[in-house]
Amino acid sequence: MTTRREFMVLACGAASIAAATRARAQLDPNQAGLRRAALQEAVRKVTGVAQVRRGKVKLELPPLIDNGNSVPLSVAVENPMTPLDHVKAIHVFTEKNPLPEVVSVYLGPRAGRARMSTRVRLADTQTVLAIAQLSDGSFWSDSAEVVVTLSACLEEGLI
Amino acid sequence: MSVRASVRSCLALAAACVLLDFAAAAEIPPAERRSGYDLMGRETRAMQDDDAGNPGMLWVLDGEALWNKKAGAADRACAACHGDARASMKGVAARHPAFDAALGRPVNLEQRINLCRTGRQKAPPLALESRELLALTAYVGRQSRGLPIKIAIDERTRPFLDAGREAFHRRQGQLNLACAQCHDDNWGKRLAGSVIPQAHPTGYPLYRLEWQGLGSLQRRFRNCLSGIRAQAPDFGAAEFVDLELYLMWRANGMKIETPAVRP
Amino acid sequence: MARAIVNVPSQAKRGEIIEIKTLAAHPMETGFRRTQLGELIPRDIIRRFVCTYNGAEVFRVDLHPAVAANPLIAFTTVATESGTIAFQWTGDNGYAVTETASIRVG
Repeated sequence: MTTRREFMVLACGAASIAAATRARAQLDPNQAGLRRAALQEAVRKVTGVAQVRRGKVKLELPPLIDNGNSVPLSVAVENPMTPLDHVKAIHVFTEKNPLPEVVSVYLGPRAGRARMSTRVRLADTQTVLAIAQLSDGSFWSDSAEVVVTLSACLEEGLI
Repeated sequence: MSVRASVRSCLALAAACVLLDFAAAAEIPPAERRSGYDLMGRETRAMQDDDAGNPGMLWVLDGEALWNKKAGAADRACAACHGDARASMKGVAARHPAFDAALGRPVNLEQRINLCRTGRQKAPPLALESRELLALTAYVGRQSRGLPIKIAIDERTRPFLDAGREAFHRRQGQLNLACAQCHDDNWGKRLAGSVIPQAHPTGYPLYRLEWQGLGSLQRRFRNCLSGIRAQAPDFGAAEFVDLELYLMWRANGMKIETPAVRP
Repeated sequence: MARAIVNVPSQAKRGEIIEIKTLAAHPMETGFRRTQLGELIPRDIIRRFVCTYNGAEVFRVDLHPAVAANPLIAFTTVATESGTIAFQWTGDNGYAVTETASIRVG
């Protein structure tokens, strides 16, 4: 298997991407390219031409997961959540899943905290990206890498 | 799973065969027994521990509803004879498979439930691996959570225990592997990225992340047999119940975790 | 059939931020899986989760196939007043589930 260097247009640290690709993913390079483009398009739909800065958002995923079918994910944004200054939305994306969108969370001052936990599916070892939209129109992001292992003894088809 | 992934895992297993210790299978000393719970990741353990987040509880709730629902020609719910399951079913899952005198052999919890359905409720048996049977089994199993497994062996059940033990130690399938080679001799080591558990059925029926749903021990057996490329018996096969008897006896003293979560 | 489990504190102090945990029974069929014969299994997922507090929306999630089966959604809300917190899940093939919880705020 050849190593692959992948670049992301958004403000994600180069060091973190290097770490993710050191754990070898299985995705075919052509597929990876298409999905990366889909991710960029999905992010653009949310942010438009606005700059996305890294910070304020904390995306938590386990670095290594037993099974990609159910990966616990937590995302929080440091924010007072007042009517004048709050998080309007948090969008989560993946770089290698068949579809880039995972969830879009819409909240406001009544949420108290800009925080949400769920469980997601990850098709492969990859980077997950969270983008928060603040009430002042700014966008902030964080990313996390997950190494996904598969079960050793696979079920044949559906039961 | 894609074909490519399954072939890859098959090759990984084959490669592992070369590397695995082929010494005669040695049973795990009681002090070294570990539930699959101890070998899984922190997040998966947290999923099992939290009733509000354990998807298996969705089935347990369904089971509770079925427990109280009248069924069959006798128009009776389980509750009519057994009352509050929290009291009457306490310890039941911990001592199954148990000998059934009428059938002259041990039966597991699913079979016991169906024997009640057909014999007492005069209702058709619930299909094996159906949502209803899984729900009822999970609900009954839940009432034993935290209790130690207590399989009693006497001269009636000994032949079936021996048959189960023999099956556990028998090489089978294209990969010519015996359960014991992975689960007695190489537990704790990794196979294709996953940690090999000791194979104690402490939490069945359980929510397996691989299945994205709740399933029985027999479903898990069939997965394993698929994995070593062996012909899997159908659901309900007597040899599965014999193997379950052996595995539960082997896990005597370990705590029931139903409904467990596993990768 | 147990369609969802919701976990909401039954009482809270006014202004307190409370934690809510919800779990919905749903296979979240991605639309990418195939049967043994190679046929695509059609997508069937929960699309939206909405939490309302005495009728006012306080939290909303749009879900995609990447959300795991039997989705867990945990979040917070401010305990503003006594009343009913309602949870609604809607999705493909007419899927619609509502659960409610009462809260006493003092």
